[in-house]
Amino acid sequence: MEPGDATRLDARDSRWYIDKGFEIVMFLCGISAIVFVVGIFLFVFREGLGFILHDMDVGEFFFSPKWRPTSLHHPTYGILAMVAGTAAVTVLAMAICLPFSIGAAIYIAEFATGRTRETLKILIEFLAAIPSVVWGFIALSIMNPLIITLFDVPMGLGVLNSALILALMAAPIVTSIAEDAFKAVPDSYREAAEALGATRWQTIYKVVLPAARNGLLSAGLLGVGRGFGETMAVLMASGHSINLPTSVFDSFRALTATIAAELGETPVGSSHYQSLFAIGIFLFFITFIINMTADFVVRGVRKG
Amino acid sequence: MKLILSTRVVLLAAILGGLVATAEARIMIQNKGSDTLVNVAQAWAEAYQKIRPDVAVAVTGGGSGTGIAAMINGTVDLANSSRSMKDKELHEARKNGISPIEHLVGYDALAIFVHKDNPMQSITMQQLAEIYGDEGKLTKWSQLGLTVPGCKWDQIIVVSRQNNSGTYLYFQEAILGERRDFRLGTKDMHGSKDVVDLVEKTPCAIGYSGLAYDSPHVKRPPVARNDQTAPVEANMENAVSRLYPIARPLFMYTKGEPVGEVKAYLEWIKSDAGQCIIHDKGYAPMRPVKCVKR
Repeated sequence: MEPGDATRLDARDSRWYIDKGFEIVMFLCGISAIVFVVGIFLFVFREGLGFILHDMDVGEFFFSPKWRPTSLHHPTYGILAMVAGTAAVTVLAMAICLPFSIGAAIYIAEFATGRTRETLKILIEFLAAIPSVVWGFIALSIMNPLIITLFDVPMGLGVLNSALILALMAAPIVTSIAEDAFKAVPDSYREAAEALGATRWQTIYKVVLPAARNGLLSAGLLGVGRGFGETMAVLMASGHSINLPTSVFDSFRALTATIAAELGETPVGSSHYQSLFAIGIFLFFITFIINMTADFVVRGVRKG
Repeated sequence: MKLILSTRVVLLAAILGGLVATAEARIMIQNKGSDTLVNVAQAWAEAYQKIRPDVAVAVTGGGSGTGIAAMINGTVDLANSSRSMKDKELHEARKNGISPIEHLVGYDALAIFVHKDNPMQSITMQQLAEIYGDEGKLTKWSQLGLTVPGCKWDQIIVVSRQNNSGTYLYFQEAILGERRDFRLGTKDMHGSKDVVDLVEKTPCAIGYSGLAYDSPHVKRPPVARNDQTAPVEANMENAVSRLYPIARPLFMYTKGEPVGEVKAYLEWIKSDAGQCIIHDKGYAPMRPVKCVKR
């Protein structure tokens, strides 16, 4: 090779710049997600920091149910009632959602074939496309009177109503992840079980379910994350009342709904405003932990 | 709701702006503040547009506090407020070298709403304080001597507003006073209309909302100042005469004495034409006016 060839190859002509340009664009796209997440976290943290450093009484914040940020003589910032309400509704929603979703996933992954399977998958994905405010309307105008007449209670907005709505909202995501988990179980497991004379039910119950355990767990955790993070539908279905719920018919208030309802008219920079961001930071940590756990669990299933 | 409203306002402002841009002179009046007043302010702006096509009034909501803050910062000419300015706000204005002027433009009466089957004849302000206040004694309808049909559990479902709305703050000031908080466990609705809607569907409920949000499907009991005085019907006349105990003045604020077009606009708002518009929107005018029923 002549020395001149190498120089020509190295020449920084227009193609080289186009190539380099695209490389940079792709790199920016690649890191943008991280930049946005860090940016959002920094923004939320900066807005809430003043409250955390100066006004926050940790004991009151986490263990008092009294949320009275606009009180004229003694503002209190306790989120216990909201944490309890959010947790209660998430647990109940998962208790309703998981059996149905996992059942649906078993049917789709193990039994349904051909068109039935495809139709079911599309329908379930369609469920995920319904906007949350529409779910809120369903809660207000269909579930509310239904709960009042069925259970003879004075008001149908509360834990049960929200849990049913959240269960329906979380169902598509839980079902598709659970289905993926079943698909990830190698066919050789099923063949081995059948070779040993196991029935279809025994195969699923004794072989496929245990093998897909991690995937199912992460599906459940993502459902929990959905429950904790959902705002609009819960705002409309909960009754929005600061209350430690003692029965499934009690009204409650969700953490997210509090931020949504109060941030708009709160003076920027006030303690109330900053305390709402402090709730945001708390929510951020909770969903972060839930998603991280789900992610680690999924990694576990891929390796196993 | 608010988002939709403000989008509509922005759109309207854009359209008005476009219309005015075609005219020779273009004078903009920026008007921002109370959500209670936003519908009226918009109606005023639209009507004024017909009289004075060369003046465009851009109306946005956001709350009394937001409007006053914008006025102090000098970004709006007129701030709508459903309360007087707080000492803190006045202090801040003076720090910026502004001495705000208050203009009364009308009254808003807060009516008490109960389910239409509720046999309530009237209610006193003390009773309201015991229903709404922290550690209040009234939690059951039977304590008021009432048996509400359809409300088997006898429990009073207390409907309130989110804790930073002007209506919430005014109700607290008028009924509970500065030293008393609302009880926990009230259903905090996100809009004036939502309160009336919920009371309409819930036999056990009681709620408060602007008189403008009255509906034929709910009952509006008269309110008495105390046991000794006669209960007063919540209506426009009683609000104007200040006989009705839960009525509040509605203000517009200017930074200093209004001049030029802003002054002309305020004078028009206070004229019979402007006052009939606020009357049409369901609020009480600042003085009795004769309006043609539309």
